[in-house]
Amino acid sequence: MEYGRTLDRAQSIAIDLTAPPMVRSILAIIFAFTVFGIFLAIIGRDPFDAYFKMYEGTLGSKVGISEVGVRMIPFMLTGLAASIPARVGLINVGGEGQLYIGAWAATGVALYFGFGNIWIMLPAMAIAGFIGGALWAGIAILLRNLRNVNEVISTLLSNYVAILFVNVFVFGAWKNPTGFGYPYTSDFATEAILPAIAGTRLHLGLILPAVAVVATFLFLSRTRWGANMRAVGGNPDAARRRGIPVLRYLVIAMLVGGGLAGLAGMSEVAGIQHHLRPGISNSLGFMGFLASWMAGHNPVTLIGTSFLIAVIVVGGDVLQFSGGLPSAAMLILIGLVLFSILGFRKLERKAE
Amino acid sequence: MSTILLVMSGTLTGAVGPGISVLYATYGELIIERAGRINLGTEGSMLMGACFGFIITVETGSASAGVLAGMVAGAGLSLVLAYLVIYRDTNQLATGFALTLFGAGITAYAGRDYVDRTIGGLNPIAIPFLSKIPEVGQALFQQDILAYIAYALGPVLWVGLHYTRIGLSLRAVGESIDVAFAAGRNPQVIQIAAIAFGGALAGLGGAQLSLGLTHTWSEGMTVGRGFVAVGLVIFGMWSPLRAMVGAFLFGGAIGLQLQLQTVGAPVSPFILDMLPYLIILFVMAIWSQAAARAMPEGLKGVLRATS
Repeated sequence: MEYGRTLDRAQSIAIDLTAPPMVRSILAIIFAFTVFGIFLAIIGRDPFDAYFKMYEGTLGSKVGISEVGVRMIPFMLTGLAASIPARVGLINVGGEGQLYIGAWAATGVALYFGFGNIWIMLPAMAIAGFIGGALWAGIAILLRNLRNVNEVISTLLSNYVAILFVNVFVFGAWKNPTGFGYPYTSDFATEAILPAIAGTRLHLGLILPAVAVVATFLFLSRTRWGANMRAVGGNPDAARRRGIPVLRYLVIAMLVGGGLAGLAGMSEVAGIQHHLRPGISNSLGFMGFLASWMAGHNPVTLIGTSFLIAVIVVGGDVLQFSGGLPSAAMLILIGLVLFSILGFRKLERKAE
Repeated sequence: MSTILLVMSGTLTGAVGPGISVLYATYGELIIERAGRINLGTEGSMLMGACFGFIITVETGSASAGVLAGMVAGAGLSLVLAYLVIYRDTNQLATGFALTLFGAGITAYAGRDYVDRTIGGLNPIAIPFLSKIPEVGQALFQQDILAYIAYALGPVLWVGLHYTRIGLSLRAVGESIDVAFAAGRNPQVIQIAAIAFGGALAGLGGAQLSLGLTHTWSEGMTVGRGFVAVGLVIFGMWSPLRAMVGAFLFGGAIGLQLQLQTVGAPVSPFILDMLPYLIILFVMAIWSQAAARAMPEGLKGVLRATS
């Protein structure tokens, strides 16, 4: 106890505790961009020039804005895939793998079921993607409840398995015979493609996270089940004594989370790639996980954090094209933003 | 029949090499967890060690300097975690995971000019007499120097944890920060030291991977070995000796996969690539129940058991 008090005192000295959370988060973001700017200067890039180019390539043009929107789709969906299980105290670090399996399942429908009607095909792909992601996440919750395997480890490791699983198909049975040996599936028929706004890549898949965020928000804040989820996440034993079926909540939260990550996979293949290939995601699911933590698992705040990460990622692509910086370097900035937001935010809680 | 024998002996020979890097990372994670913290940034620290170990070896021509640089880089990354979780009380799992991506970003940038280069790095040293033992001799005693250090480190850490003052303090902090504090220990300093030491070992593992095993550097080359290490600590019930078993099991899975590929097993190579991860998940499914009882008290809030 005494130790805890020493810690409290040490922490409360350093910071201004009166600023509201919003302002503090913005300060945290500015701090992260400043540190990254210093890093850019050290490696010999002009930070002002780099940030200006990032702005131009993202929010400064119509194409840029639409690209940010395109990236936000998987971030919001895989973000929810972490947020919803987090409400019941589960940590889902498997959004990346669930996205891959969702993309795989949606692709299976697109390749092998010729519905001949876009109104049947796209929902069928979405359902397949959702089920695929949900079942993949289900393995983790099964291992947890039957065998006491911590879900952090099982979801982390299953990401690598999922990526290889997709490779088995795109390098094997699903490989396009007329694809010059490239590991791609055949291109989808028009009925399996999410229509895009003319002149951009921003596609109708945007509806998915929009609906999912609103539905999650209403469910969590306006229903008894949402309140129960919080109770399960807070103290499962107390929740069980109050008659809440804890196990059912854990399973459903994980399945829905995995399903939403699976939808992100469907949206990627049907909206952007129009076929399945290896490495379709390149860490989208991991970014979603970070977006969820930045947002404190709040579905509305998640819109903002997904937007921020999307700007950084698209801006990173711009910097890569204009020379010098590999796009993976943007992970440094995203990490800094998360560290700052987590680090700044806790102080506010200490003050209460 | 002879194919099966060939695969089996090949798996044994191939188990040690790929296991060493994971073994170091597992030791490192184990020390951190014994002090009551968990570091998902171990994967990131391994990448840092692999990348900077490689770069420094290329630039100086000295593998020892490279190994040292790898340890420093791994420890440096983990100190970010130490600061955030100890002084800012951030969530350990989210912070550690973000740290892994952060490390992936740094190494992708720093190592971009070193991809596709091959170096001598660390070479196997055959131990006279021992390496001539049939079957196991070559597997165990024709390895690089870091492998021999890794064999010794398991028992050393075990003795250190149980029979030295430092080890006792470490475990006390891992069981209860408040009690350790009341007993006159400084929990913050001990945890920071444990995290830095664990990060250094993960970095050492990464350096062994790029300098001793592959002799190359490529972006994201650890492909989850750091996360495997976190799983192996649980499988190993927080004991360095059992951790050795786990790490060689992982190495064996890689050895088996390579052997099956060599003999041309009629399976997709990607299915074989899944083997190491599946085997770790499988052994965890079998032993996690028992392992949960051995968990340090300080971890129970983070790795909550089944409800």
